[in-house]
Amino acid sequence: MEPTTQSNEEERARNRIYSLINVVVALAFILSAAVLIALILRPGFFTEQPSSAIAETEPIDRDLIENGIHVRTGLIDAEGLMTVVNNCTNCHSAKLLTQNRMSADRWNETILWMQQTQNLWELGSNQEVIVNYLVTNYPPKKKGRRMILSDIEWYELED
Amino acid sequence: MGYFALLLGTDIVFGEHMSADYLPLGLQAPDPFELYNKNKEMVLLNDRPLNMEAQAHLLDDDITPESKMFIRNNGLVPENIKPLTWTLTIDGESVRKKKTYTLEELKSKFKHHTYQLTLECGGNGRSEFDPPAKGNQWTIGAVHCAEWTGVRLRDVLEDAGVKNDAVYIGYHAIDEHLSHDPDKEPISRGCPMSKAFQDETLLAFQMNGKDIPLAHGFPLRLVAGGWPASVSGKWINRISIRNKVHDGTKMKGSAYRVPCEPVAPGKKVKDENMCIIESMPVKSLITYPKTGAMLSKGKSLKIRGHAWAGESEVTKMEYSIDFGATWKSCRLSEPANRLAWQHFDAEIRFPKSGYYEIWAKATDAEGTAQPMVLPGWNPKGYLNNACHRIAVKIK
Repeated sequence: MEPTTQSNEEERARNRIYSLINVVVALAFILSAAVLIALILRPGFFTEQPSSAIAETEPIDRDLIENGIHVRTGLIDAEGLMTVVNNCTNCHSAKLLTQNRMSADRWNETILWMQQTQNLWELGSNQEVIVNYLVTNYPPKKKGRRMILSDIEWYELED
Repeated sequence: MGYFALLLGTDIVFGEHMSADYLPLGLQAPDPFELYNKNKEMVLLNDRPLNMEAQAHLLDDDITPESKMFIRNNGLVPENIKPLTWTLTIDGESVRKKKTYTLEELKSKFKHHTYQLTLECGGNGRSEFDPPAKGNQWTIGAVHCAEWTGVRLRDVLEDAGVKNDAVYIGYHAIDEHLSHDPDKEPISRGCPMSKAFQDETLLAFQMNGKDIPLAHGFPLRLVAGGWPASVSGKWINRISIRNKVHDGTKMKGSAYRVPCEPVAPGKKVKDENMCIIESMPVKSLITYPKTGAMLSKGKSLKIRGHAWAGESEVTKMEYSIDFGATWKSCRLSEPANRLAWQHFDAEIRFPKSGYYEIWAKATDAEGTAQPMVLPGWNPKGYLNNACHRIAVKIK
């Protein structure tokens, strides 16, 4: 390798380093200027909680339906949904509905029990709408005497 | 907007940009996992009332930490508890003299005792019943064994004086009914005097060496190991010594009661033919490995877990890898004290590659073992102690 080429390469490398340093210094200057300006305009800029975050968060629409599910309660969007939401999620969450899979007779018994002991109001003609919604969308599943193991997440067992 | 500001106790900056039907974060239901220090792998069954269970592999510790303990609530978790002014009153038909103690008096007047006590929800395993049983659909994780410190219920009851006609005790607590009706108690259960007078039945003020966490009954909890955990009332402020079986909320009907005589699945049972659950049945859990483990052929697998038997003790622990056709023994520890769960382990060798299930079966001192299929159906799906199963693949 010729000495001249080597010194040329060294010079190019030095130039690259210098220009990098220039960029870093310029960036640091711009950043500190921005901090100064921010502090002059709003003295608590870096110490205050960003209260505007509240307004930027996704709002909860009480009636929003996504992929056939009522987002606020997790209930299936079907005939009778809002009657169920308005009558059955005041004291307990909708999770108590979706966990339970019962026949119309047993839902009617459960409603009667809630009216007699848990301060549930008279449902009138809404009762049929509610029970129909529940038995249609959350029907009992046959489980037999013992189910097979399902929903297994397989993983390699390390020593 | 002004209404929200009032509720939050602060102005909402940039509130004019907020959509009208948006509920500020500070007013939404808080995350129960954060609020009650729960492991993220716990399973939330219901957020109102709050009900949360563990998975088998989370229960691997000998003494269950707060983060992995199930929560079963009937009402709302109380707020603004003031331990300094907290009192416990002993009353009822069969108390000699109604008496009230401050928390400090309880702690200073009576001797302290510490026990590891197994508490299992009566409905643990409910999700497997067919036809389905009403209530929270617990799978296997509504059980824990923590270390409780407190005074003996017996010492306090005797200090107040127990009449000869005493039959039962019933607890009362400060939690609020879901309907916010102040005249309703979410739950008020109890136990016969014989259980109330056991050495291990505590009025506890500490769990695992610290103040009891709020969700588990701060500042005072009745702890009656080996019985449905609903006997172990949380946030207790009154205990009634009754001259009859306690008739509080969830002592009647199908609540914590099973048919006195076995019935066919789905049968309607009259109230007078239902009997109160006392001791929980013999049961066990494989807590290591987590179900779904894959290992290579030729490697042995070490399993471990816990076994308990209500009022009794586990005397034999076995596992099967051939769907119950043959059983092999596990090593089994003595309980730390009566009513504490016991630990087991075993080393398994698999004859060839393929899909296996490991089944665990405990047998109690009376010779009663866990069933392989579901035990007797009952209207509310209590007492499912069918053997625990995990899946394993050998490659």
